[in-house]
Amino acid sequence: MRTAFINQLIIEARKSDKIFLLVGDLGYNVVEPFAREFPNRFMNAGIAEQNMAGVAAGLAMSGFNVYTYSIGNFPTLRCIEQIRNDIAYHHANVKIVAVGGGYAYSDLGATHHATEALGMMRTIPNIVISSPSDPIEARALTTFSSNYDGPMYIQLGKAGEKIIHNKNLSLHLGDIISYKVSSQTEAIIVTGSIASAIVSSVRTEKTDVYTLPFIKPINKAQISMIANQYDDITIIEENQKSCGAGSAVIEQLSDLYRSGEVKRYPRVHRIAIDDFFQDVSGSQQFLRKRSGLL
Amino acid sequence: MNINNLNELAKKIRRLSVTMAYNTNTSHTGGALSIADILVVLYSGVMNISPEITEDPNRDRFVLSKGHCCASLYSVLALKGFFEVEQMMKGYGRDGSQFFTHVSHKLNGIELSTGSLGHGLSVSAGMALGAKSQNISYNVYCLVGDGELDEGSNWEAIMFAAHHKLDNLCLIVDKNKIQALGNTKDVLSLDPLDDKFKAFQWNVISIDGHNFESIINAFEKFKNTTEKPTVIICSTIKGKGVSYMENSLKWHYSAPNEELFNQALEELK
Repeated sequence: MRTAFINQLIIEARKSDKIFLLVGDLGYNVVEPFAREFPNRFMNAGIAEQNMAGVAAGLAMSGFNVYTYSIGNFPTLRCIEQIRNDIAYHHANVKIVAVGGGYAYSDLGATHHATEALGMMRTIPNIVISSPSDPIEARALTTFSSNYDGPMYIQLGKAGEKIIHNKNLSLHLGDIISYKVSSQTEAIIVTGSIASAIVSSVRTEKTDVYTLPFIKPINKAQISMIANQYDDITIIEENQKSCGAGSAVIEQLSDLYRSGEVKRYPRVHRIAIDDFFQDVSGSQQFLRKRSGLL
Repeated sequence: MNINNLNELAKKIRRLSVTMAYNTNTSHTGGALSIADILVVLYSGVMNISPEITEDPNRDRFVLSKGHCCASLYSVLALKGFFEVEQMMKGYGRDGSQFFTHVSHKLNGIELSTGSLGHGLSVSAGMALGAKSQNISYNVYCLVGDGELDEGSNWEAIMFAAHHKLDNLCLIVDKNKIQALGNTKDVLSLDPLDDKFKAFQWNVISIDGHNFESIINAFEKFKNTTEKPTVIICSTIKGKGVSYMENSLKWHYSAPNEELFNQALEELK
């Protein structure tokens, strides 16, 4: 996913001379092609994420569309107040990109598990929250972000994710993607790199499947249509259950039910990390299973 | 710049700042008074900024990182025509107004809202880098408190600015030597501050932050410096100009009563 992101960003940077990439001393074997082609719009800010986020805000206020890039929680939790005050409050044109959502940095331990960032970022006003499910969505979200004027968070997987979509996508803000729809009574909504494991599992044989590239905002008409159509909806993600994508869907459904746009409230099941840190080492698949996600 | 005019303007700013604190029973007056003379010089010809060019990409930028001391910045901007004095006096800290008691970018002429300390310098460095990256020649001025330098994010930015030779960035340290719970030397020692900045490869200028000639000369030196960011360490007096507020921690938290307010206005005539 990270390669899909950087390749697409290079394409966008050829079209727009305002795209600027700041990295937090990470991105070995990923960001170099961008750095080579756009040396004046690339900078390694060092291992100093608070400063990187502040510098990004200042660059954006000077006219750039700035991407900050790092891994795990470093570009988010480490500098969340800079994101809140300097970027979001000022509606600065900054895209925060984290590689390694969920348990991608599995054996590195809980310090490297990006399992709360999506939820924490989601509570900050003014930020679009996105979480691609495969490299095609990563490319589409990168294109979207290059044209979007404002703060946005992109929580990528890491590397080697399977492509699940069979054609390129063009995304509008809040889109939900129909992955497999055949008028079943149950639907699964999945977000993030866990999607490929979900769509190839027996769990989805008799369900319709949607992916959720945007956690904030979520298209109201689409989520209402889904809610009105299914008896059971399961939302699967590799984030903490508290404040994650499932929470976002439930909050939206609750508001839409109250306003009458959702006519009947489906049974909603959230599969997410249930309020604990992983305290053993293991592969991403192992940790997903240990958390009950697979 | 005429020194007498600067002095008169600084007095007006101090009077307005103390009046706003009295009217709304708000705090942080000591730190607002310690930076008044610096602000007066900045907005009297040092900076390329005026109410007509607040959106001009070529304008100079000023970032007040110690956002709690905004009363004196608001006052300078009001007297320079960025907004009405009356509008500020009626609005400061009041329901529904955008004159927050920590500096707000919702107001004309304010680049950055701050309040949580240690944010302004990184954003300023980004603005300075933005100028260099686009071959624009504006300068960025960022004012921090000495206590604020406790925040580690500043030191990330200090390394960054020197490494990238941001000679269009001028950091001003309001060294009033008092922070929220005591003297800076007792809370977390900063000195020798000038040597710290020199070790970080900055151009260091140390002055009396209430001497207009020194302040003017320091900004001239900044403009003539290349290859390095500049820090002007201004030795100041917290509460400067109001005898009972000078060097007193109390006025970080308190607003004057009627008697003390009238005394302050008398002393600031």
